[in-house]
Amino acid sequence: MTAPDVFVKGKPFLLEARQITYVYGRGTPFEKTALDGACFSVSAGEFAGIIGHTGSGKSTLIQHLNGLLKPHAGQVLLEGRDIWEKGVKMRDVRFAVGLVFQYPEYQLFEETVEKDVSFGPAAMGLPEADIRERVSEAMAFVGLDKSVAQKSPFDLSGGQKRRAAIAGVIAMRPKVLVLDEPTAGLDPAGRREILGHISEYRRQTGAAVVLVTHSMEDAARVADSLTVLAHAGDVLRGSLKDVFAQRETLTGLGLDVPAVTRVLLRLRALGLDVDAGAYTTEDAIKAIKEVSGSAQSPSLC
Amino acid sequence: MDEIIRFDNVVYSYAAAGESQETMSGPGGGGAAESGRSADGHRQPEPDAGAGGTPALDGVTLSVRRGETVAVLGHNGSGKSTLVRMLNGLLTPLSGTVTVCGIGTGEEDRLLEVRQKVGLVFQNPDNQIVATVVEEDVAFALENLGVPPAEIRERVDAALRDVGMVEYREHAPHRLSGGQKQRVAIAGALAMDPLVLALDEPTAMLDPRGRGEVMETVRRLNRERGVTVVMVTHHMNEAALCGRVVVMDRGRIRLDGTPEDVFLRADELRALGLGVPQTVALARGLGLDAAPLTDEDCARVIFDFVRGGASAGG
Repeated sequence: MTAPDVFVKGKPFLLEARQITYVYGRGTPFEKTALDGACFSVSAGEFAGIIGHTGSGKSTLIQHLNGLLKPHAGQVLLEGRDIWEKGVKMRDVRFAVGLVFQYPEYQLFEETVEKDVSFGPAAMGLPEADIRERVSEAMAFVGLDKSVAQKSPFDLSGGQKRRAAIAGVIAMRPKVLVLDEPTAGLDPAGRREILGHISEYRRQTGAAVVLVTHSMEDAARVADSLTVLAHAGDVLRGSLKDVFAQRETLTGLGLDVPAVTRVLLRLRALGLDVDAGAYTTEDAIKAIKEVSGSAQSPSLC
Repeated sequence: MDEIIRFDNVVYSYAAAGESQETMSGPGGGGAAESGRSADGHRQPEPDAGAGGTPALDGVTLSVRRGETVAVLGHNGSGKSTLVRMLNGLLTPLSGTVTVCGIGTGEEDRLLEVRQKVGLVFQNPDNQIVATVVEEDVAFALENLGVPPAEIRERVDAALRDVGMVEYREHAPHRLSGGQKQRVAIAGALAMDPLVLALDEPTAMLDPRGRGEVMETVRRLNRERGVTVVMVTHHMNEAALCGRVVVMDRGRIRLDGTPEDVFLRADELRALGLGVPQTVALARGLGLDAAPLTDEDCARVIFDFVRGGASAGG
């Protein structure tokens, strides 16, 4: 499967990784190929999911997206321009592509939440008034009350810390917001909340969002497209529906389709003619109601 | 009744406990068996638990029988982690009592006995591993207790066998996967030959494969070794694999029963900020009064519903 062409329409992708190869410890006995010709792309306003096992190269790939790693082969294009080309300022790339690492709360360091969230925009050299505006905007996006602005980030709860750290990246108003497992270790309500804030950020700003996750359910809930990484490359790439339809490939990789999709597939195996393309509970209910409706209606006549 | 753990009207508040609790359960003060491992646990108590004067535990009464597998659910700050830290006396009640095999966790001269009976495993595998070689890490507590070397060898080998990590015994822990590290941490607890294994979100930082490894290991230890399991989790499908589910909210136990019983009360769970396994959500969404916990059961229930609907109509 190749890139979802529906997003192209003659326009370059907002951010594209082309045939990225990266080898850790190159030239040493510990050489390990993390990526071998991996591709990824995201358009403005798109919510792209990246899924794959630990060791599949997810984190290596996203560190290429803002130039933290330089590919040994391949290109990273931001708005059509190679970020490693002469004349491209890496600072600009870093501001345009905001990276939120795993467990970002470990990176909080300032005395107050406000100062911590200000760090990015301050580094961009913005005037004081703009910084303040962006900080309050970013805090609102992640649902942090103004009252915590003057608190030490270390006095916040786990969920609040996580959101403060995400606000620090959002405050740079990146065109692409990349998040590495932003919901790891949170309870279900916390997971829903963070994903909700991120979706809202995308909706209001039109930014692209890249979500690295282990959770097919999370991806199914928020993403438009999905890239599945395995064996140092992108094994599957396309719309959610296309990717989830490749159940055998997914299970072969030790990944799994959402539980509701598995149930639908079982129903089909039992002889029920139900559409197994649904991957959210709501769509699955609809699909089942359709067949139960059609099973009943003829007998009602 | 084979009661192994008993909570009687336990109340605890971090604010009220203050300094004395800190020093008692801090590194070095917590007894040799768990000191290295417990340090992490205490550095990160649920920060919002007990905030605003609400006690982290507010009158918890609970009885766990030998051989049970108990999943503890609840949103952040509901008191789950506090409850787990009560199990081996890392925290002791402000009022009420916790007993392990009849020994009160507050009896300081018997704390070591309690900790030998209840092994604790925390969320972050990286914070619980202290040695640079897997088998040395598993031997850590035994060495501190002055167990003879030959016996240490035996118990470490047995523990590593039990978690399926024998072939990694000479590896460096930092090179292992998350699931493997967590199994090493479990082996460290197992080497103490505990009756109870208490795990605080042991899978939260793992990928699906690692989660599967840990769950499989825990269930096998329960099945084959009769280890009683108390496990905090945020994953409803993991809770569904346990024999009993306890749901906490604001320091109290709100629901307690089999996974089927508890997940049938989907609306109450949602009100407590929790979800239900997708299979249950699907069945409930179709208006079925069932809480199927496996794909098979779910498909079967729905199949019967659709078929039944069709034949009832005819």
